[in-house]
Amino acid sequence: MDNRNFSDYILHLADNVLILGQRNSEWCGHGPVLEQDIAITNISLDLIGQARSLYQYAAELVGNGATEDTLAYLRDARQFKNCLLVEQPNGDWAHTITRQFLFSVYQRLLYTKLLQHSDSRLAAIAEKSLKEVTYHVRWSSEWVIRLGDGTAESNERMCKAVETLWPYTGELFLPSSYEAALGKEGLAVNVSSLQADWEQQVREIFSEATLPYPPSGIWMQRGGKEGIHTEHLGYILAEMQFMQRAYPGLEW
Amino acid sequence: MSIRELEQIFLDKIDREIKIEPKDWMPDQYRKTLIRQISQHAHSEVVGMLPEGNWITRAPTLKRKAILLAKVQDEAGHGLYLYSATETLGVTREQTINDLHSGKAKYSSIFNYPTLTWADIGAIGWLVDGAAILNQVMLCRTSYGPYARAMVRICKEESFHQRQGFEILLVMSKGSPEQRAMVQDAVNRWWWPSLMMFGPHDSESTHSEQSTKWKIKRMSNDELRQKFVDMIAEQVKFLNVTLPDPKLKWNEARKHYDFGEIDWEEFWNVVKGNGPCNKQRLDARRKAWEEGKWVREAATAYANKRAARMKQQVA
Amino acid sequence: MNIRITKYYYGDIPEDKAGGNGSAHTVAAKPTDWPLWEVFIRSKQGLDHKHVGSLHAADAQMAIENARDVYTRRMEGVSIWVVESKYIHASNPEEADSLYEPANDKVYRHPTFYELPDELKHM
Repeated sequence: MDNRNFSDYILHLADNVLILGQRNSEWCGHGPVLEQDIAITNISLDLIGQARSLYQYAAELVGNGATEDTLAYLRDARQFKNCLLVEQPNGDWAHTITRQFLFSVYQRLLYTKLLQHSDSRLAAIAEKSLKEVTYHVRWSSEWVIRLGDGTAESNERMCKAVETLWPYTGELFLPSSYEAALGKEGLAVNVSSLQADWEQQVREIFSEATLPYPPSGIWMQRGGKEGIHTEHLGYILAEMQFMQRAYPGLEW
Repeated sequence: MSIRELEQIFLDKIDREIKIEPKDWMPDQYRKTLIRQISQHAHSEVVGMLPEGNWITRAPTLKRKAILLAKVQDEAGHGLYLYSATETLGVTREQTINDLHSGKAKYSSIFNYPTLTWADIGAIGWLVDGAAILNQVMLCRTSYGPYARAMVRICKEESFHQRQGFEILLVMSKGSPEQRAMVQDAVNRWWWPSLMMFGPHDSESTHSEQSTKWKIKRMSNDELRQKFVDMIAEQVKFLNVTLPDPKLKWNEARKHYDFGEIDWEEFWNVVKGNGPCNKQRLDARRKAWEEGKWVREAATAYANKRAARMKQQVA
Repeated sequence: MNIRITKYYYGDIPEDKAGGNGSAHTVAAKPTDWPLWEVFIRSKQGLDHKHVGSLHAADAQMAIENARDVYTRRMEGVSIWVVESKYIHASNPEEADSLYEPANDKVYRHPTFYELPDELKHM
């Protein structure tokens, strides 16, 4: 196997959960009610924990003295491989819930496949994460339903959130160059095979939430997995990496 | 039973260290004092999330980020436990929160100071949580049952908070000159506000015996403050920095540290709203609450719809 | 008992010296405020559920999830019960004597009441 492709793959998985965890953590102290402040922070903690496991593994694969922190804090936007969906701004609670829901459903399908991965380390990380992700799906699904079928205002906000975020969902199912290369050897999940299940699960929840399922043929944005991001990522990194950039090479 | 008899039963329970429970008769003033004290304590936890939350997205390592996030989340939990304790006294959380947002209710003035560098996160854990813990350990024995139980839970969870703060400073104190300067600067800025957390001198308060007699509070402000100074003056030796008080000195006769006078004018000004961040803190809380309104309404609307549907199914 | 409390505590700033808008009124709870729930957690298989505290939630489902997030952050539970606080009926503390005293003299309900030979094991 090509080591570079495999470490890129692990980095892609890690970047997804780190950036989403970072985004969710912005809510801490600002949630709509104390109980939900705690809930979104729990999800953020789960995601950052997953990111750490993945970066630690990636650091071993990359070598050259890499650590979880050099990978998270010293790569620039072009080297980040997260999909565009997770870097989108929190917006209102409807946007945050929708982003979480669309991603968690995808992540659960993906990690379920990863359980079978021939690399036992990756399979073990997937197994541990899957328990958390299953809860994220449940929690976010319920919120999608609650807000979709709540008040006229909440329904309208959800429709807007779905409309804004939908163009970033196509990329989830488009294999990147490293996924395609690894896929030939059965070393990466074929993400396009997850799409039908994802659509069905999202459709079911949207229907219960009385939210219209977006029509097909909407133009989909892409590029995040290859390091071509929206402008948001630069600011996320500027904030997140500030300490390591301003005071390089120190212990904290 | 006459009020006098009820009051005698109440005082008798206090004397015998029997906790007062929500449904027990209690003097009006006892109830009012508790509502004010517990809700201010709850507000302090929730507003206290803001200065530390300020550094979550900028924490220097992933480990520190996770620890800080968990800690600030704990504070949300502690606010929640305490709001629940006030609800047992007959005021809803919404009423209590409205009092905070209207400016009527107060919270600990320490949270009106800004967090400017990463070392501030260490200093808050070490000094602010350190001061809070002394108070909270005492409150585990407070006479009102729900408050005491909330405090027991909080103290259990708080035990890592002060340690993580001290550890942040310890690591930095062994680092570069820049890091050491950052530690000293943070300690300089947080030391006096931490001492202020214990409130004015005991001599400043008239009629001061009531709450002690009722065993709501079990140690005086100055006793707790002295305990804190004695503790910190020893711990600071491990950090290679100094506390910003030239009068700080071990007094062999008293077996305590002597220390300088607090700037009370600053204290009262911060309490009154003139602290560096009073406005930002309240604005942030109001904004979160107002922007969350449609979310809370939607969840209620959905819960009602679902309940109605289930009723229909049954019928 | 008309003594004014003017002692200050950590987190207890009196209103008279604190400035601010003292005349602001509290607003009554609105129907959109989420109801209060009591939370009971079984921390270990085989133990009883124990009251751990309360929280707010729009419905039972959310209450269980909130309880998981709020009260089991340190893996303290294996099973959660929630019940809306308004459905809890409590005994009146003034009746405590009549409710519990009678049981006190029924010593025969306690196993140590019976004198059995030491040789008899496991009973």
